Amino acid sequence: MTVLETQGFKLDNSGKRVVVDPVCRIEGHLRVEVNIDEHNVIRNAVSTGTMWRGLEVILKGRDPRDAWAFTERICGVCTGTHALTSVRAVEDALNIKIPENANIIRNLMQLALQIHDHLVHFYHLHALDWVDVVSALKADPKKTSELAQSISSWPLSSPGYFRDVQNRLKKFVESGQLGPFMNGYWGNPAYRLPPEANLMAVTHYLEALDFQKEIVKIHTIFGGKNPHPNWLVGGVPCAINMEGAGAVGAINMERLNLISSIIDRCIEFIDMVYVPDLVAIASFYKDWTYGGGLSSQCVLSYGDIPDVANDYSAKNLLLPRGAIINGDLTKVHEVDLRDPEQVQEHVAHSWYKYADETKGLHPWDGVTEPNFELGKATKGTKTKIENLDEAGKYSWIKAPRWRGHAMEVGPLSRYVIGYAQNNPEFKEPVDKLLKDLGLPLKAIFSTLGRTAARGLEASWAAHKSRYFFDKLMANLKAGDLSTANIEKWDPSTWPKDAKGVGFTEAPRGALGHWIRIKDTRIDNYQAVVPTTWNGGPRDAKGQIGAFEASLMDTPVAKADEPLEILRTLHSFDPCMACSTHVLSPDGQEMASIKVR
Amino acid sequence: MTGHPSILVLGIGNLLWADEGFGVRCAEALAERFALPPQVTVMDGGTQGLYLLPYVEDARRLLVFDAVDYGDAPGTLRIVVGDEVPRFMGAKKMSLHQTGFQEVLASAELLGRLPDELVLIGCQPVELEDFGGSLRDAVKAQIGPALDVACEWLTRWGAAPVPRTDAGPRLNADSLTMDAYEAGRPSERDAWRLGDARFIRED
Repeated sequence: MTVLETQGFKLDNSGKRVVVDPVCRIEGHLRVEVNIDEHNVIRNAVSTGTMWRGLEVILKGRDPRDAWAFTERICGVCTGTHALTSVRAVEDALNIKIPENANIIRNLMQLALQIHDHLVHFYHLHALDWVDVVSALKADPKKTSELAQSISSWPLSSPGYFRDVQNRLKKFVESGQLGPFMNGYWGNPAYRLPPEANLMAVTHYLEALDFQKEIVKIHTIFGGKNPHPNWLVGGVPCAINMEGAGAVGAINMERLNLISSIIDRCIEFIDMVYVPDLVAIASFYKDWTYGGGLSSQCVLSYGDIPDVANDYSAKNLLLPRGAIINGDLTKVHEVDLRDPEQVQEHVAHSWYKYADETKGLHPWDGVTEPNFELGKATKGTKTKIENLDEAGKYSWIKAPRWRGHAMEVGPLSRYVIGYAQNNPEFKEPVDKLLKDLGLPLKAIFSTLGRTAARGLEASWAAHKSRYFFDKLMANLKAGDLSTANIEKWDPSTWPKDAKGVGFTEAPRGALGHWIRIKDTRIDNYQAVVPTTWNGGPRDAKGQIGAFEASLMDTPVAKADEPLEILRTLHSFDPCMACSTHVLSPDGQEMASIKVR
Repeated sequence: MTGHPSILVLGIGNLLWADEGFGVRCAEALAERFALPPQVTVMDGGTQGLYLLPYVEDARRLLVFDAVDYGDAPGTLRIVVGDEVPRFMGAKKMSLHQTGFQEVLASAELLGRLPDELVLIGCQPVELEDFGGSLRDAVKAQIGPALDVACEWLTRWGAAPVPRTDAGPRLNADSLTMDAYEAGRPSERDAWRLGDARFIRED
């Protein structure tokens, strides 16, 4: 038995090994192996990316102005956010300034993505980790109505309404078509909601399914097309013609009014349905305090949503920027993505080769040379691994570190940083939520805290959309219709060598693209994505990553139904919508479920 | 409004992963080569999940192009119609993007807005583990036959496509057209090209 200590965790890999192996090809594969002790508590966790994926291999030699279109395709979920990061990287490299309206429209698109992603994540990808659909069939619609009305004034709350939904659900289940509800661990003791709360949540699942379609229209209007909106180095590709009547391609007053009404409905739905549901569900899981992982120690946010155009400094970014290390909330460190000492990728436990693997490399100097070798204690073969050996190399994901620290990224990180900065937009909603639930601040450092921060952020993003929409209208009324700067569109205006970095806060965390341009072509392109930060492996010092840390010391009610593992992994909104195969210790497939 | 039932033609898949691009390339080719009546929408659905729900719900007829693992010989085209198109996760693995798209269909059904008719034109892939690669010849050769089948269905649905003499609209950015995509690919020496199959468990 070996017990290794790192970051306050004791890693003990002597217990039985359970493998959770998603298979998907959208954003890369994620597999997790854990060791569970005799009390069914997780004592060791290993997170591995099992798919090679590198942007440099498809972008090298291409026109930097085209990179966004490729990066938009690497992920099935956050298309727009990669495209935005890409155009920002190119603009940074070539010193291209964008018009105010372009900045506002990009923010509105990014905020719409946040709202959509958070809402869909909560109701359609994550709620079923907390909500038992089958139990909802047993609910009393009258009591459900009373519950709903006690938490919100949302009008769809009559007993008859809940009865109708319950009947629909019954019909659906009885026909043997569980559809999106298939593969749940219904009846698992880790589910704690009474039937009425389950019915309310499932009802809102359906309402959210209907409502999410509206949010997407913001992308269609500004991006010209969906699901892959158009982007443009130098601004946004949509023209504005206020007087235009349905002109093709141009945005007119009618379109703007539609966006305005969608923003209003987003605010309404999030504040009257999403956030109250979050509080109601959380109130039944108050003592399920697991999953905090690194969030109480090391969190990172690059920041996003520039208030005015072309200023990417911390003070101009409305989503907070900064780093907290060693749990010291009194000190928020400045983050500089150009500093070679800050963001670095390590490969000591990744399937790559560096000349010196005790050190990390900054993405501009990133080296991607594969080296697929397995640790001595690996079980299985190179083509069919049963158990990984985390003492050796074990992941295709590199291990990013900030000044040498493993960091968590995502909504919870942003809220912790905003809270530590005493920014009332982030601190006040957290304090209110904790007060409503009667919980101390430390409760936020948990799986539930991560889920809650996402809901609060959805509300923040909806209200911020209103702010930027009003700002856009004021600009347009003042006669500023400019949406793109094409002064440096022609490559002959570019320097021979250039390098730049673009960043955003994607719904699931900090996203950076680092580009080098040589003779007007892409020479090197490195993306460090949120799931790399959160899902990366150990480094040379043995420090574990955010996913790994979050699973530590969590009790599992049933080892063959690792609902708790999925609950915590899902709370990060990992960038993959894929089916997961749950394997027993001997590698036999036990169940197949979805991890997203 | 034309009064004709609305038709959605959807190309599903990821054009960055070799034959997974089949569906998207078919949709692109249909839009470029044929003039279509106004009730027909041709869309590159990519690997999007719920983003596609509004479009699916608005359609009364849905025709999907996709790379599908039928267990057939590579490059084989097979057409599946109506209830045969497996809609639910946990069903026998058929489409490589089923988890995203089957959930869309299941959700549309849950909301009572599944299209009345559903046709899947699928091609058995040759190669998937080639990030940045394009369609293999055997799969590329099925684009024409797939379009023929699509045209038959569209004609049956009262929306007969008319071959164009000029170039039709492009669904995607110029840089992603098949020619530009293939020509701009970094050399094998510059790029480690292989995806990694070592962890993919066979169902």
